[in-house]
Amino acid sequence: MVPLNWYIELSAIIFTIGAVGFLIRRNIMIMLISIELMLNSVNISLVAFSHYLQDIRGQVLVLFIITVAASEAAIGLAIVVAMFKNKAVLHTDEIMEMKG
Amino acid sequence: MLPKLYFGYFSIVMVVISLLIITRKNPVHSILWMLALFFHIAGLYLFLNAEFLAAVQLILYAGAILVLFLFVIMMLNLKEEVLDDRFSGDWPIAVFVGGTILVLILIALIALTQGPLGSYTIQAIQAETHAKVLGRVLYTEYLFPFEIASLILLIAVVGAMVLAKKRRTEED
Amino acid sequence: MEQYVLIPLLPLVAFVINILLGKSIIRGKAHWPAVLALLGSVVLSVMTFAEVAGGKVINQDIYSWIISGSFRASVGFLIDPLTAIMLIVVTSISLLVYIYSIGYMHGDGGYYRFFAYLCLFTFSMLMLVLSNNLLQLYFGWEAVGLCSYFLIGYYFHKKSASDAGKKAFIVNRFGDFGFGLGVIMIFLNVGSVHYADIFSKVGMLQGQTIALFGYNVDLITLIALLLFCGAVGKSAQIPLHVWLPDAMEGPTPVSALIHAATMVTAGVFMVARFNPVFSLSPVAMGVVAITGATTSLFAATIALVQNDIKRIVAYSTVSQLGYMFLACGVGAYGAGVFHLFTHAYFKALLFLGAGSVMHAMSGELDIQKMGGLKKYMPVTYWTFLIASLSIAGIPGLAGFFSKDEILWLAYNGGTVGRIVWAMGTLVAALTAFYSFRIIFLAFHGKFRGTHEQEHHLHESPKSMTIPLMLLAVGAISAGWLGISETLGGGDFIGHFFQPVLGHPHVHAGEGEEFMVMGISIACAVGGILVSWIFYVLKPEIPKNLAVIFKEIYTVLWNKYYVDELYDAIIIRPTMWIAGSILIPVTDGTIIEGIVNGVPKAIAAFGEKLRKLQTGSLQHYALSMAIGLFILYSLVLIAGK
Repeated sequence: MVPLNWYIELSAIIFTIGAVGFLIRRNIMIMLISIELMLNSVNISLVAFSHYLQDIRGQVLVLFIITVAASEAAIGLAIVVAMFKNKAVLHTDEIMEMKG
Repeated sequence: MLPKLYFGYFSIVMVVISLLIITRKNPVHSILWMLALFFHIAGLYLFLNAEFLAAVQLILYAGAILVLFLFVIMMLNLKEEVLDDRFSGDWPIAVFVGGTILVLILIALIALTQGPLGSYTIQAIQAETHAKVLGRVLYTEYLFPFEIASLILLIAVVGAMVLAKKRRTEED
Repeated sequence: MEQYVLIPLLPLVAFVINILLGKSIIRGKAHWPAVLALLGSVVLSVMTFAEVAGGKVINQDIYSWIISGSFRASVGFLIDPLTAIMLIVVTSISLLVYIYSIGYMHGDGGYYRFFAYLCLFTFSMLMLVLSNNLLQLYFGWEAVGLCSYFLIGYYFHKKSASDAGKKAFIVNRFGDFGFGLGVIMIFLNVGSVHYADIFSKVGMLQGQTIALFGYNVDLITLIALLLFCGAVGKSAQIPLHVWLPDAMEGPTPVSALIHAATMVTAGVFMVARFNPVFSLSPVAMGVVAITGATTSLFAATIALVQNDIKRIVAYSTVSQLGYMFLACGVGAYGAGVFHLFTHAYFKALLFLGAGSVMHAMSGELDIQKMGGLKKYMPVTYWTFLIASLSIAGIPGLAGFFSKDEILWLAYNGGTVGRIVWAMGTLVAALTAFYSFRIIFLAFHGKFRGTHEQEHHLHESPKSMTIPLMLLAVGAISAGWLGISETLGGGDFIGHFFQPVLGHPHVHAGEGEEFMVMGISIACAVGGILVSWIFYVLKPEIPKNLAVIFKEIYTVLWNKYYVDELYDAIIIRPTMWIAGSILIPVTDGTIIEGIVNGVPKAIAAFGEKLRKLQTGSLQHYALSMAIGLFILYSLVLIAGK
């Protein structure tokens, strides 16, 4: 049997990688992808808990998380599309309209 | 032995793929690597006796969300994109902070104690199929969040249309 | 009780009416509320006097403001012989001054303001006199000082007048500081501020000492001297006399009321009221007597050479106040207050007469420029003459009886008494001399002013001359209340005051009393005679004397350079400290530094803090990650 710890550690590592990716990439699309990465890592840990604690609620929560992640990705991409109308290439460290 | 091996393969591959995702120059490459990741996650779900979720993962994430991403990426000018800097200026700090957070979580994990076991044993789930169990729970206990989730999807649809719409100019 | 409350209340109501409605509605008729109110007060005071003469004494709190433990701050009245006499003095002279002011201040722009302040002053003085506790006395004390400031600086457009007002108030504060300390010392040691408690318990403090700068000082002496500080300031004794001559910048009715009859006598009143305390400290009494006598001599010498008519009378006031303190210092409190009573009438008369002269001379003050006014203003001349005879101490008139009583009791007062008696007798001679100097120079001889002024010379209107005549009656007859037994009188005043002010011992026999009386009469007559010689018969004598004794003359003419001394010792250093230290350093650097510096610091900090808002999404996310890290660590550490 694989100990529960391992799943959680895996989830933590992928979450951190997603977070770091969000912080360091200049391309907007990769930022959104990193967000999806973080959400997926959480899903992994939830399913692992559900399996080991023999509780179905973890998986129900995973369903909801997937739903919300989909909606959020849709809205985020719509915003990106709206921004693309102004520039062809988007770099996050050049978008400083709210400075000061 | 076998389970551990199985898990070992999946975990190592997933970590490597994640690293690849966040470091590729070409966004399309990142998305393709993400596809591979989603497959592996689905495999892990299967390993955890959550076959319905594995199916949902593939259909939704790999089938719908990734396609969305690809559509939008097509609006980018890829030739210029691969020539620009990938990382922003202060990437060492971000990596350092991320690393410390990871270390903290791992330290906290040492004290993990398992809580009381619930009633949904693997056998119980496999007696009725996983989908049926999930369906039943979703439509009885979690009916209210379910309805709210549908509303959230509605917002997403409407919002996406409103945000991405062309602004009408003065002359029609 | 209500009728006694009305005595100070009526002037207060008149003040409120005048100050609120004076500018808009009342204006030129502002004297009506004042005069009507005072008429009421006068009538009530006379009734009260009759009751007290019949033996009644009232000591009652009307309203208790603070009751905290043994400390009781209340408004209360103590009506005994001393109060009754003061009520008569304050209300009658106030009324006559109000009537005089109708004519004197006629047409002045601030007419209503003048009467409003006069009413406020009368109210304050009455509260002071009627009070039965030290706090109310202090309230009245400060309030009369405030009104004095208002009224001296009445012509506030003139810089000299507003300066004089400030000088009066500030010099008074010096004295009031000591007075305040005295009040606190009394409260600390006796536990109450009410007279009844103080006088009954003060005997227990006898012999107690208090450590002061390493020396052991007798407690009662210290308290008495501190209280006397206030009297020195208020009654213009040395060294705080400097404000009174400058107070002549105010209108003449003000000088008559405040700086002759009432406010300056508050110091004497206070010392007389506190005679149980003073009597227990021979040192303090000696200080009082010596101060009084020295001031008396000092002021009389200065008055010899002044030319401003009001200033001469002002120095005369200082000198006569010295007499009153002299009396109190040798234990003759009754005689001191008796002199206060008679002095009020003839001094007010002198001032109002001087005002009448100024009115006729179109504001001229210099007696060298007057002369021969006798035929133009007979009423003024005769009343002024009566007042001068009275102050000189000619038998039969008021001043004689009171002054004589003082000198006789001083003669009986031991070694200190003999010394001050000699000084007082000399002052009597000087007083007669300078008082008649005014008469001879201003009213006799030939007119020495300009043609302009000669055209305007006229007797003053009835509103001014009637008070003069009434005061003259007072100046003659006020002394008849106290005709001493040796002369066949009943000494009504002496017996009247005895329950409150006691009566000093008299060792010397009747023969010595006649001798003392004879000496003082001789001094008075002699002074008048010398003055007549100097200013009527041979006017070249004073001019020659001025040249021969030029140094003495200059010192006297410059008032012993006291003002210059204070300027050098006190004023210059204070202004220097203010200009070099307080303004640039404390105000400029420290306070401005804080007041300006704090906003600057906040703004600078805000500027730095602003740099956090980079506008970059990833920076914000990084901050969140850092925050997350900190939270995690805290939770982990707390968990361990």
